[in-house]
Amino acid sequence: MLKNSCYHCGNDCDSNPIYKEDKPFCCNGCKTVYEILHENDLACYYDFEQSPGKIPEEIKGKYNYLNDVKIVEKLYDFVDNEISVITFYIPHIHCSSCIWVLENLDRLNKSIISSQVNFPKKEVRITFNNSKVNLKQVVELLSSIGYEPFISLDDTVNKGKVDRSLIYKVGVAGFAFGNIMLLSFPEYFQSNEFWLERYKPLFRVIIFIMSLPVVFYAATDYFVSAYKGLKHKILNIDVPIVLGIIVLFLRSTYEIAFDVGQGYFDSLSGFVFFLLLGKLFQEQTYSFLSFERDYKSYFPIAVTKIIENTSEKSISVYDIEKGDRLLIRNNELIPVDGILITGFGQIDYSFVTGESMPVSKESGDKLFAGGKQLSGAIEMEVLQTVSQSYLTQLWSNDIFKKESSYGIKNLTDSISKRFTIIVLLIAFISGIYWYFIDVGMVANVVTAVLIIACPCALALSAPFALGNMLRILGKQKLYLKNTGVIEDLSKIDQVIFDKTGTITTNKTKITFKGSALTKLDNTLIKSVLRASNHPLSRMLYEHLVEDPILKVTNFKEELGKGIEGDIEGNYIKLGSSDYVGGIEKNTLQTVIFVSINHDIKGKFVFDNTYREGVTSLFSDLQKSFELSILTGDNEGEKKYLESHLPKGTHFIFNQKPEDKLNYIKQLQRAGKKVLMIGDGLNDAGALAQSDVGIALSENINVFSPASDGIIDARQFTLIPRFIKLSQQTMKVIKISFVLSFLYNFIGMLFAVTGNLSPIVAAILMPLSSISIVIFVTIMTNILANKK
Amino acid sequence: MNIIFLMISVSIIIAIVFFILFIKSVRSGQYDDLHTPAVRMLFDDEFITKESQKTPKSKSIKPIQNK
Repeated sequence: MLKNSCYHCGNDCDSNPIYKEDKPFCCNGCKTVYEILHENDLACYYDFEQSPGKIPEEIKGKYNYLNDVKIVEKLYDFVDNEISVITFYIPHIHCSSCIWVLENLDRLNKSIISSQVNFPKKEVRITFNNSKVNLKQVVELLSSIGYEPFISLDDTVNKGKVDRSLIYKVGVAGFAFGNIMLLSFPEYFQSNEFWLERYKPLFRVIIFIMSLPVVFYAATDYFVSAYKGLKHKILNIDVPIVLGIIVLFLRSTYEIAFDVGQGYFDSLSGFVFFLLLGKLFQEQTYSFLSFERDYKSYFPIAVTKIIENTSEKSISVYDIEKGDRLLIRNNELIPVDGILITGFGQIDYSFVTGESMPVSKESGDKLFAGGKQLSGAIEMEVLQTVSQSYLTQLWSNDIFKKESSYGIKNLTDSISKRFTIIVLLIAFISGIYWYFIDVGMVANVVTAVLIIACPCALALSAPFALGNMLRILGKQKLYLKNTGVIEDLSKIDQVIFDKTGTITTNKTKITFKGSALTKLDNTLIKSVLRASNHPLSRMLYEHLVEDPILKVTNFKEELGKGIEGDIEGNYIKLGSSDYVGGIEKNTLQTVIFVSINHDIKGKFVFDNTYREGVTSLFSDLQKSFELSILTGDNEGEKKYLESHLPKGTHFIFNQKPEDKLNYIKQLQRAGKKVLMIGDGLNDAGALAQSDVGIALSENINVFSPASDGIIDARQFTLIPRFIKLSQQTMKVIKISFVLSFLYNFIGMLFAVTGNLSPIVAAILMPLSSISIVIFVTIMTNILANKK
Repeated sequence: MNIIFLMISVSIIIAIVFFILFIKSVRSGQYDDLHTPAVRMLFDDEFITKESQKTPKSKSIKPIQNK
């Protein structure tokens, strides 16, 4: 059997590929996209990458709300009488073909004026002529080529301007550093040349002027941070930094004002420059992800409201009122709590409550916000507005509002306290010592000690080590919010997993228990299943291999119970135990019983598939951490879990989101440091409460709850290694602290004996910084490559 | 050697000009996205259109070989 992969999206074409111009496609959708691109001379799309496309999704009626001006006005970047500019987030952007086709949209529709892609953010900015084409048509065009934008409630929130101040500051410091070093060179060599002496004042004045923006603009962040620290009575690392800067500046100004020496402006500007570089390096952000997502990025902007029983209107989600009637289509989200009026409700709550199987609802049943409707359209009546619904109430929990308390949060700050005190002591003691020897030297020595003790190397160790490790982890598909998470990760001793979606995948495994079914039996079953839209029916339909070629008569579907039909004299019934006439009472597993001609053959059992490597992952982790599984699902899986996971793992079922949060709070009160790994909205509170919360995601472009880090599901088994890497990084930082103390010690020798000169400082400071940075970077790279 | 005054002033002025240009270009936002321009640079401007493929005498677009 030829294995054909679709020319457009790369998926397997199975047994019946669709051919066009000798190219195989897996479905009509892909073939259509190919045709669209080909007709418009955009076939080069396929030249850049292999199978760059995606199966386009059904979007009929989905974007009707874009016609309502009020709903969409907040989405635009710019609107006037002729032109509209809008930025869309398109998760499918992943390669150069995507960039190419999206920047050539004007060939698909002449009213689109231009489009520009921002690849790291996966955004495209489209400028179009709004008198000739409207927003809905633009979105439908994008969807038709497989690049459907992801529009959520979060897009109506104004994001604010880009902050580039750090880059400016680095620019100022770098500019000043280079020029001051250049102008300082003549004086290093202390030759008594006439011309040197004549221009010395000029050089010094220029140097002084250039150092002003360094101290008063580029270094301001450090002043602010040190001030805040002192206000809270904490000596963080910025305190000795600021002390060093101030002493450097004052002493140097004094020296050139009274013609005592050339000052230390070169060391000052170099110092500030390196520190700012460290800060810049540390600030790695993943612009295509967001660690701050709340329910707003999960919810749609608008829903369809039914007015007077017949007409439909799109209204913004915030305008939903109690008593409104809403139409929820297939695969759409239920935005508010309400009651089901008409239609068959099959709601997938896995993201919200962690229940793995969809829940059936009938007319009159209560529906909660956050579930996804799976089988066809339903009408519902609203009971609560968006802000009052159960789901959004989850976010009003205090844990999300808590501003992180101010304190010693990391290793560098805890060292800095002792460091500052020791330095001040040394300065004091040497001051006293020299007082008795040569009073004139006191000021010299005290300031020299404070200058040379500048914690440049100390302050650079952590940013470069952590910044490099952050990038390394990102390459291995663990995306952390900031460098602080690495440190928190190294301290944990408890690991908690969510079950649904985290250690299980969303693929279901179907096994048959009972007397063996013949091929004919399967064909009969599959033919009956064909007529049902129930998600379980569809899953079973895909699972059975035979062709459903037989014709069914008298097909009946009873919601929540089962389906039946006649085929060529055979009477087939599929459904719950009661429906089929059996006596088994099993409420925990999801099953479909089969009876053919009133003879119960057996049952199909639907199981979650566990991710590959779960067992070895847990036994790995068990060696160093205490493990727990917290899940919103019922105890149906308990036996399986107990047999496959190591002894000592705690299992706790039926956890509501608040329960998970409280369990973690309890552990923390007992002094434990908790790592929580989850995937859905129901884990959001737990993820925020834990010391490190990591969201697991099958497709990182799609919503994940607010967390400290996001891990791609394929790297799931590497979690123990990531924890080990973070522990090792902290060791590297500690070693580099020792190295930087060595430099400080050598520098102190010079300072205390009164031998500190500008040239010594100018050599020692960059040397220590650069060597620490190189050491730390090499060590972290070695750690990452070690297997 | 009084020329030094002139030389230093001129070099400082040039340095400041470059510095201002640096600030301006960062502000314009062109460095916010460092990845896409690198890819965009490699795209061809001209397309192989159907007309140019069928009739080589067509004066619309010069066929440019892709790949």
